Amino acid sequence: MIAPTPITLTVNGETVAAQVEPRIHLTDFLRENLGLTGTHIGCEHGVCGACTVRLDGEIVRGCLVLAVQADGKSVETIEGLSDSGALDELQAAFRDRNALQCGYCTPAMLLTAHELLARNPTPDRATIREHLSGNYCRCTGYQAIIDAVEIAARARAGAKS
Amino acid sequence: MINFQYARPNEVADAVRQIAADPRARFIAGGTNLLDLMKSDVEQPSRLIDISRLPLKSVEETPDGGLRIGALVPNTDLAYHPLVESRYPLLASAIMAGASQQLRNMASTGGNLMQRTRCYYFYDIATPCNKREPGSGCSAIEGLNRMHAILGTSESCIAVYPSDMSIALAALEATVRVMGPGGERTMAFADFHRLPGDTPERDNNLEPNEIITAIELPPQGFAKNHSYLKIRDRLSYAFALVSVAAALEMDGEAVKEARLALGGVAHKPWRVEAAEAALAGQPANEASFAKAADIVLSGAKGFEHNAFKIDLARRAIIRTLTQAANGTPQSQSSKKIR
Ligand SMILES: Cc1cc2nc3c(=O)[nH]c(=O)nc-3n(C[C@H](O)[C@H](O)[C@H](O)COP(=O)(O)OP(=O)(O)OC[C@H]3O[C@@H](n4cnc5c(N)ncnc54)[C@H](O)[C@@H]3O)c2cc1C
Ligand code: SF4
Ligand code: FES
Ligand code: FES
Repeated sequence: MIAPTPITLTVNGETVAAQVEPRIHLTDFLRENLGLTGTHIGCEHGVCGACTVRLDGEIVRGCLVLAVQADGKSVETIEGLSDSGALDELQAAFRDRNALQCGYCTPAMLLTAHELLARNPTPDRATIREHLSGNYCRCTGYQAIIDAVEIAARARAGAKS
Repeated sequence: MINFQYARPNEVADAVRQIAADPRARFIAGGTNLLDLMKSDVEQPSRLIDISRLPLKSVEETPDGGLRIGALVPNTDLAYHPLVESRYPLLASAIMAGASQQLRNMASTGGNLMQRTRCYYFYDIATPCNKREPGSGCSAIEGLNRMHAILGTSESCIAVYPSDMSIALAALEATVRVMGPGGERTMAFADFHRLPGDTPERDNNLEPNEIITAIELPPQGFAKNHSYLKIRDRLSYAFALVSVAAALEMDGEAVKEARLALGGVAHKPWRVEAAEAALAGQPANEASFAKAADIVLSGAKGFEHNAFKIDLARRAIIRTLTQAANGTPQSQSSKKIR
């Protein structure tokens, strides 16, 4: 028998304490234990990017992080970032450019694009493409997503000046 | 995925003690390779020893003017580190050529070195594979072997070592620092990874009770003339079919010193000193580069689906050396090959 391990972490700013089996990955923990279903699961092998969350401020593959590894750390999901308004320009641009169809990839795309813009406020299209290359979209063909990120970058730059 | 015990030591010595005490235990750092293999039941550890919080996260200058990189420095932090960007841009470029941002954020320097082959049969526990199950046979030799090795293969295994970062580290002549129950030792990068021979289950010369603590770079960083070119099936986010790290010290129009390492072609980063020596003192032109490529690839042997790699590697070597000599390294965001 493997006893569950106690963990304490913050999720979207709130402290969460739980007992988890070591094999439970972070995305399952967020979805199953906390009901935060905005983080999606596609391949569970680190390939598709649907499970993207922020761990101590960095985007990671939630399916390749164990919940026990997040003990003591800060996790942010699409729910938290969306409520905080941090994604406003990106969300507006995705809507305006039809950069989503089924929406399955969208939360992760937003988090990934958000990280890029934080590092590099004015990326060119090649850089956007490269940064999003680890996020699969089965619907849009990507062009509209690249457009939306470019537009959101401009909107953010405009808001600052 | 099977269940397992989980432990999180705070000190390196404690981590070594724990791994030495349980032969079925594994270290977990970023987890991006190990957890994937566990989900496929290729790895079935009794216990995970989480080393991700050990104090091995700093990048420091060494007294001789080189750089010491802690084994737990994330790939992203290393690629963006100002000293790496300015003095070892070849290393930064090779890291950025691999995986995706989410993976590079988690992946550690030590874990990257230790990552296992992407051979499809290694991942598929329903098929024979000498690396996964010694003595069971190699499914790739007569099977699908498009991504497999053309150099240094054996009758037991023709797998390829998939790291991009390590190809740059090989060219830069890094040193690997490891700690075991008996203390610390260092290994030249060239001695770290192994050829498959008749023990393909061993990827490298790290002992099961040892931990990698750091990678050290010598002062010479080849910051002016270098390039990392990765040829793959898609422009981004795929493992290399062939990759080349080239680093040159120039003397006007001539090559003074050359380093050349190949990825995607063998069970370890492939370096041939005779090819590097043949470039020294030669004019930096296609004829010299082609001669070096031929030396690197002498003895290359293709299998049913991967013979194309021989010619691909030859052309990639010439192209990468040209980029390095011209001081126009391959961009890892705009993928245009010039
Ligand atoms: C979808 C996908 C795409 C990828 N694409 C690329 C690519 O294009 N190029 C590329 O180079 N890589 C690629 N990778 C691989 C990635 O770079 C590796 O998974 C990563 O570098 C492993 O580091 P980690 O810290 O996560 O290792 P872990 O998964 O934590 O560990 C891997 C192994 O190393 C051992 N280990 C870890 N640290 C130490 C240490 N300090 N001492 C001793 N043993 C240790 C562990 O026990 C384990 O056996 C890809 C991975 C995925 C999932
Ligand atoms: S090439 Fe190596 S890893 Fe692949 S099936 Fe053969 S023995 Fe296994
Ligand atoms: S579900 Fe995590 S990468 Fe696909
Ligand atoms: S919108 Fe459907 S997967 Fe991207």
